Amino acid sequence: MYYIEMHGHMVSRTTDDYRAMAMAGCVAVSEPAFWAGWDRRSADSFEDYFHQLTEFEPQRAAQFAIKHVTWLCLNPKEGENRELATEVLRRIPKYLDRPSVVGIGEIGMNRVTRNEVATFMDHVQLALDHDQMILIHTPHLEDKYKGTRVTIDNLLKFPNLNPARVLIDHAEEHTIGMILENGFYTGLTLYPNTKVSLARAVDMVEKYGPERITISSACDWGPSVPTAVPQLMLEMRRRGHSEQLIRKIVFENPLQFLMQSGKFDLPRLDIHSADPNARAVPNTAART
Amino acid sequence: MNQSSTCPLTTRQIIDEYFIENRTRVLDLAAYFDRLHRSADGEPAAADFRMQALERALQVLISNDPEKIDQIQMIFSDPSTELKPKLEAKSASGAWNSASEVR
Repeated sequence: MYYIEMHGHMVSRTTDDYRAMAMAGCVAVSEPAFWAGWDRRSADSFEDYFHQLTEFEPQRAAQFAIKHVTWLCLNPKEGENRELATEVLRRIPKYLDRPSVVGIGEIGMNRVTRNEVATFMDHVQLALDHDQMILIHTPHLEDKYKGTRVTIDNLLKFPNLNPARVLIDHAEEHTIGMILENGFYTGLTLYPNTKVSLARAVDMVEKYGPERITISSACDWGPSVPTAVPQLMLEMRRRGHSEQLIRKIVFENPLQFLMQSGKFDLPRLDIHSADPNARAVPNTAART
Repeated sequence: MNQSSTCPLTTRQIIDEYFIENRTRVLDLAAYFDRLHRSADGEPAAADFRMQALERALQVLISNDPEKIDQIQMIFSDPSTELKPKLEAKSASGAWNSASEVR
């Protein structure tokens, strides 16, 4: 079955990971801008990163017929630095017309500080000013509930914001309800230790239904599994869920969300077929 | 939200499918507590705010309450919406320490 990796930090992964993902059915990766593990020292460093995300990664993914799209921002881990954030945000618009840029993200909060909220609000305004979709990171562990609550409260201050064009990611049991109730898309992140396990992700799909829920591995430079989404498919089959439901979660929902950008399509695939086993269009010369 | 009967498996099937892996989790947890008793310095773990949260979570786990996961998530969570005045530590610790909050 085909799937879309809705959140993968592929700059941190090897080319062999792309191969393994392709062999497991991955046809597209959506890569949000991320923290490098250390704070970047200047806006120039971000520009180098944006070049990597918009030029090098799409080529690397294409070797395995994987479509690569990206989201740009200054990551929440660096949001405390208002001076750097202001300069990075000033430079982002010149990249927004690039063909693989689908929006602003992953923005949000890390420890839910005043500066982080200010940087988040600047990003949301930037997205609205340029008619961009938004991908939002929610904080980890004990800050998850508070960060998600503050995120939603602040998003609701923008009367022109369409929640269906916003994905609030890394939801867990105590935050998924408030995200979906307010009309946003959400993402469940499959991590070995933190965030959500395979079984808990399926539990949430069962409890809340499949609408506007996406799944990702959020694979990055830390402990993470780039083929976690196919593992979730197996967990759903283990419980007897239909192939149609699995396809909705791992393929149709992310597809529906990303296509709102106007820049996302999968021309190699018959993505509009009602047949969950729809095969690739038989044109071997075509590239996504 | 009525969430009864949302899992397609029967009770017997859920036990058959998931018992062994959850048995393993309980044993891992038991070994973790034993390891704390065997610590090099013998310092009592119960003074640590994370262990206090874990103990409260375990009490929910053995209760008859429904929706255990929601309750346990909130035991580990900062329930407020108050913004921190500034960043003091980049990483979260896994449990909310109400005593350390700057008011």
